[in-house]
Amino acid sequence: MSYESSYAIRDLRKVVSESFCLKVDALEVARGETLGIVGPTGAGKSTLLRLMSGLDPQFLGTIDALGQAVCGNVPIECLRRIATVPQRPMLLSNSVGYNVEYGLRVRGGGAAGGRTNAILNRLGLHWLARQNAHTLSGGQAQLTAIARALVCEPDVLLLDEPTAHLDPANVKLVEELIDEQKARTGMTIVWATHNLFQARRVASRMALLLDGELIEVDDCKTFFEGPADRRVTDFVEGRMVY
Amino acid sequence: MNTEVWSVLWLSLQVSGVAVLISSLIGIPVGVWIGLRKFKAKPFVVGVVQTGMALPPVVVGLLLYLLLSRSGPLGELGWLFSPPAMVMAQVALALPFVIGITMLAVTAVPAELQWQLCAIGASRLQAQWEVVREARAGILFAVATALGRSLSEVGAVWLVGGNIEGHTRVMTTAIVLETGKGNFSLALTLGGTLLLVALAINLVIVRYQGRVWP
Repeated sequence: MSYESSYAIRDLRKVVSESFCLKVDALEVARGETLGIVGPTGAGKSTLLRLMSGLDPQFLGTIDALGQAVCGNVPIECLRRIATVPQRPMLLSNSVGYNVEYGLRVRGGGAAGGRTNAILNRLGLHWLARQNAHTLSGGQAQLTAIARALVCEPDVLLLDEPTAHLDPANVKLVEELIDEQKARTGMTIVWATHNLFQARRVASRMALLLDGELIEVDDCKTFFEGPADRRVTDFVEGRMVY
Repeated sequence: MNTEVWSVLWLSLQVSGVAVLISSLIGIPVGVWIGLRKFKAKPFVVGVVQTGMALPPVVVGLLLYLLLSRSGPLGELGWLFSPPAMVMAQVALALPFVIGITMLAVTAVPAELQWQLCAIGASRLQAQWEVVREARAGILFAVATALGRSLSEVGAVWLVGGNIEGHTRVMTTAIVLETGKGNFSLALTLGGTLLLVALAINLVIVRYQGRVWP
């Protein structure tokens, strides 16, 4: 199926609780772009990413992911073109290598040893490849979750605070690795983060979510230097936005 | 130990082994299914399973006796006072444990894991299989519990087996008989042997469980 955008979202409403509803009137994510989503804790970034993963059909409005409407059961072939790195990764009680290769195994391709080893080496996890993933530190577990998503070489990579538990050196490493893969495969990235500096480094367009509402989506320069909505200025400049 | 003791031990292992096998073959899939599913009647089903764990062996024995007796609905099978009836009794007692513990082990795996596996390309079935694999230490514990329940059972197997020498006498019924006759040393020997056998089997299970722990 041909498509221009990786995502086209219209009139999205997702009631999470009695006091919280995610509202996105319109959002498009072009193929090959990196959209940074910022917002305070509880703004709805993770909820939006979960909906974009295509795995939660319980919402109002429309989400087209990779030209496929997300409603009911999305074909597995479509879902397999999207990979998510969650904020709090959960790993299988098996080796780090098994966890990293898992996405390839379920696709029926077996373990692509070369690709897996390359990513493990790059992230400095090669010496942990045979260690049980449940013995990893928080940062190592996060790196493993990043590796298991990247090794699948998805068309869309959804990142939910992927570097929250990493030290600056590993943050740099992850950003470089993702950037290299994006340059090589042309994947689309939606990167949710609290960190405005990181968002500025990695994103080509920016979006602000506040209290479940998508406030503004703009290119990076406009978003940081001359946004249309006052709340974006307040958020970017670190002033209280509520 | 004389040949009679060996034959009693061998019958105990056969009856309990078959009972555990049947309980596991039925109980593990049912426990997994209940553990993974969300349905309205789940609290009721869980309540029934947990009540099954409290089944008094003599009540199970009595019910099976009535079912298998010549005038009972299953009388034509001719199983009363035979090893198959003892297997039935042990399955009835062990099955709720296998279902209940398996269900608990599967439920204890965070639901988020299944979502995260799907989020990197696993189908629902593939992700659920991994959830079961994550719960395997608990599932093995369910099997070990079923084995313990079966090997140590006496009331039901006495009622439906009859404790017939060379035919339906197992370790536990032999211990009760020898104690009644005042043969305490033989009863203690039988008890010690039963414990050692249970220990050996459980060590094998624990060894495998150990492999799945970090």
